[in-house]
Amino acid sequence: MSHDHDHDNELDPFAARVRALETILTEKGLIDPAAIDVIVDTYETKIGPRNGARVVAKAWADAGFAAWLKRDATAAIESLSYAGRQGEHMQAVFNSEETHNLVVCTLCSCYPWSVLGLPPVWYKAPPYRSRAVIDPRGVLEEFGLALPGTTKIRVWDSTAELRYLVVPMRPGGTEGWSEERLADLVSRDAMIGTALAREPA
Amino acid sequence: MSRPEPAAPAGFDEPVFAEPWQAEAFAMTVALHDKGLFSWGEWAEALSAEVKKPGAASDGQDYYEHWLAALEKLLSTKGVAGKGDVDALAAAWERAAHATPHGKPILLENDPRPAEGRVGPTEGRIGPTG
Repeated sequence: MSHDHDHDNELDPFAARVRALETILTEKGLIDPAAIDVIVDTYETKIGPRNGARVVAKAWADAGFAAWLKRDATAAIESLSYAGRQGEHMQAVFNSEETHNLVVCTLCSCYPWSVLGLPPVWYKAPPYRSRAVIDPRGVLEEFGLALPGTTKIRVWDSTAELRYLVVPMRPGGTEGWSEERLADLVSRDAMIGTALAREPA
Repeated sequence: MSRPEPAAPAGFDEPVFAEPWQAEAFAMTVALHDKGLFSWGEWAEALSAEVKKPGAASDGQDYYEHWLAALEKLLSTKGVAGKGDVDALAAAWERAAHATPHGKPILLENDPRPAEGRVGPTEGRIGPTG
């Protein structure tokens, strides 16, 4: 925004409208400014894809947990204290040689916050939202992921009530690895389905 | 047929929030949902109505502008904050910012014309519904 003088402050119109809402909502006792700061801090620094990576690593290392995750992802994920706060249900979708899973929200930007944090900009942008369903193979190629023609791609469209977590295939050469070490191989994009798990170095 | 807009990011990921107001708008929405003012389904519907309007930026940079518009509409529908109230208070905040010396915190009390920041007691507000 341009400044024609430098001695005073400016609020851009969006920032001013947010302050106006905060003023009204605080006066009505609907929000507490201190609680707002806590929420911002939580989503900026505490909740992120590291949570989801731990879920995936546990599923790789523990067949019982993997079965639970497949059957009731909401409960299995909650057992690790990563509970969603919008009352949403989780479904874990497992990649295999035959099927690769890809998650999108065509409606807006529903995303499994509790395990992945907040979505990246491209996830919320119109090209990904519209094209992931129409041309998933082409979209994956733009992400640098060329799958064999024999691998089917299944696209999952998230809603406010149901969010998906992709469980990528466990890379070879990781037998006997600890969950912590395995988690380092699981990127956010691998859990959206636009990447695979990293190969061990 | 024209080439489709790329779906993958061009470079490094951007921070979660590009500007502080985006984080505040996000956090207010989460807090109001926690308070039970609306269900998450209602929120998704409001947000989706905004993001599917024509003219949305293909790079997603205007996402939180849609988010804010959705929050304002929902609060107006719920009778919590009418557009007139928000317009007047936002103008007051802009005046207050302008009147605040650089480096000092911006306070609403710094608005040189405080009477204009508040619209009449009835507009945008609902009475008791019983």
